[in-house]
Amino acid sequence: MEELLKVEQLKKHFVTSRGIVQAVSEATFSITAGETLGLVGESGSGKSTVAYMVMGLYQPTDGNIRFKDKNIGKYHQKRPLELKKELQIVFQDPGSSLNPRRSVGKILELPLKIHRIDSQFNLRKRILDLLDMVGLPKEYETKYPSSLGGGEKQMVAIARALSTDPSLIVLDEPTSALDVSIQAKIINTLIRIQKERNLGYLFITHDLSLMRNIAHRVAIMYLGRIVEQALTKDFFETPLHPYTQMLLASIPVVSEEEEKIKPERITSVGEIPSPVNIPPGCVFHPRCPKKMDICSQEEPTMVEYKPGHFVRCYLY
Amino acid sequence: MKEVLLDIKDLQVHFRVYGGFLKVLNGTNMRVYSGEKVGLVGETGCGKTTTMKAVMRILPKPHGITPEGKIIFKNKNVLSLKTQEIERLRRNEISMIFQDPTAALNPVFTIGEQLLDVFRYSKKNDGLKGKTLKQMAVDSLRAVALPDPERILASYPIQLSGGMRQRVCIALALANQKQLLIADEPGTSLDVTIQDQILRLIHRLAEERNMAVILISHSLGVIREWTERVYVMYAGSMVEEATTPKLFSQPLHPYTQALMECVPRLTGMKTNEGIPGRIPDYFFPPTGCRFHPRCPKKMAICQEEKPPFYQIDDNHQVACYLYKGES
Repeated sequence: MEELLKVEQLKKHFVTSRGIVQAVSEATFSITAGETLGLVGESGSGKSTVAYMVMGLYQPTDGNIRFKDKNIGKYHQKRPLELKKELQIVFQDPGSSLNPRRSVGKILELPLKIHRIDSQFNLRKRILDLLDMVGLPKEYETKYPSSLGGGEKQMVAIARALSTDPSLIVLDEPTSALDVSIQAKIINTLIRIQKERNLGYLFITHDLSLMRNIAHRVAIMYLGRIVEQALTKDFFETPLHPYTQMLLASIPVVSEEEEKIKPERITSVGEIPSPVNIPPGCVFHPRCPKKMDICSQEEPTMVEYKPGHFVRCYLY
Repeated sequence: MKEVLLDIKDLQVHFRVYGGFLKVLNGTNMRVYSGEKVGLVGETGCGKTTTMKAVMRILPKPHGITPEGKIIFKNKNVLSLKTQEIERLRRNEISMIFQDPTAALNPVFTIGEQLLDVFRYSKKNDGLKGKTLKQMAVDSLRAVALPDPERILASYPIQLSGGMRQRVCIALALANQKQLLIADEPGTSLDVTIQDQILRLIHRLAEERNMAVILISHSLGVIREWTERVYVMYAGSMVEEATTPKLFSQPLHPYTQALMECVPRLTGMKTNEGIPGRIPDYFFPPTGCRFHPRCPKKMAICQEEKPPFYQIDDNHQVACYLYKGES
């Protein structure tokens, strides 16, 4: 399969007055066409920073981002227009990512004009097609974001991301600001569009049960590092890293069948430390129920436990 | 028979806005027994928080009004209490934890100043010295599993993490042996592992003190794990009430059923298309059952009259005409 995006040893450090914030220390993953990679982590784990580096909103401190075999680890100002057309993003809060003073039609028109997707005469038809694709009626063209519900706004943001016909979309917690009743519809639309257009998704979220339903592969981040990466099925059947187990055990579920899948109750303790003072050795050891002597001394490396299932822990 | 602690009867809350009233609560009924953990679940904007704000009498003034209904707390109608009496109630009997701990704490006072105030102004602590009060504050922080309470008393809210701030809010809420704790989405703005810790803490403290808890959440999973009985709310009134295991094994109201099907499962079963439409406009709420415009099983009668509660069995009642014959 064609590899769309390949991220290797990505690093991002921010220099602040309180010291160096090591937002991302080690991220390596790849996404092929038509695949969804779920990037999961708590707040402060660096998952959004990874997304912004892929989008070119931040310059990586170190490491490579390769898109269709070209190195693209540079700032968005330096990126060619054709590349920006290929990569699109949907943000968490549609209330602040849509311009309140432009109608839905105008919002969708702008990327079409910038990237000269079509001639002036076809623009309107394009806009109506986009609305149709996300399941909004065509009257919405003249509406303003303030008169739409949260779910509808997010649909407009998705339509805008689709307008340039990209091959990879970064979804930065697209449903976490919305109710479950609306979330289901958005997720189904995203899955349908992915199948129609063979899109790659980098799906960022903190909701693991959502990942179970849409991701092909899952990567768990903790304090700037990917600590486990596996195919969704393997990941939920045999979670390896103690952090993953803690995360899974913490999810409130709604049925008995789900309760059975959860690892035996590992009580979650402590909080994610600040990325300014990273603990020595394995970054998870202060919260880990299975820690050993070596964990506080040296950082473990990523090992392939079985084909396609990677974990960063001394237990394996 | 257990003692009824809180009884909300046909409560209506309207908000005065330009050109008329938003009729938000439309005859809400709810009953909480002492020492019980009750869940309140529903979508955003269906009136969960409004109901609880009415109980605490902290609806925005002068726009929020309660034209009808009663809120009986320990044989007293909260709605007709004088200001002094309601303040005493908030100080000693009922307290509330809000969703966002950052907004709930005052940023310009230290945790110690805010926490000591609660102890200082309680009648029970009259005549106690500053030193004893401070010890009480330290103990209350220790009770919510905060490490190094002395340092936390001296710090400002901004110096603490989200999870720690929420623990401080719980400590504030639990001061003075309250009998009812209203927890309004206490873990929603936090990470899952932290949410789990906070909910477990509330559960443990409630057990220890035999305190009743009303847990508000839009997450069905949270409700299932931490409550004994559940009320499902839609657009200003309760649509279903049952013991927690019963509600999750046998949801009856079409709204409850639809809501359950929307939840992504850890087992990876397919999710449905969501619930079409959205919460109604409270300026012109739908007539009859307020869910009928979104309901897949609506009948002619649904548009005409609000359905009453039908008792299905001892601990399950539902407000839907589908179950008219079964009660």
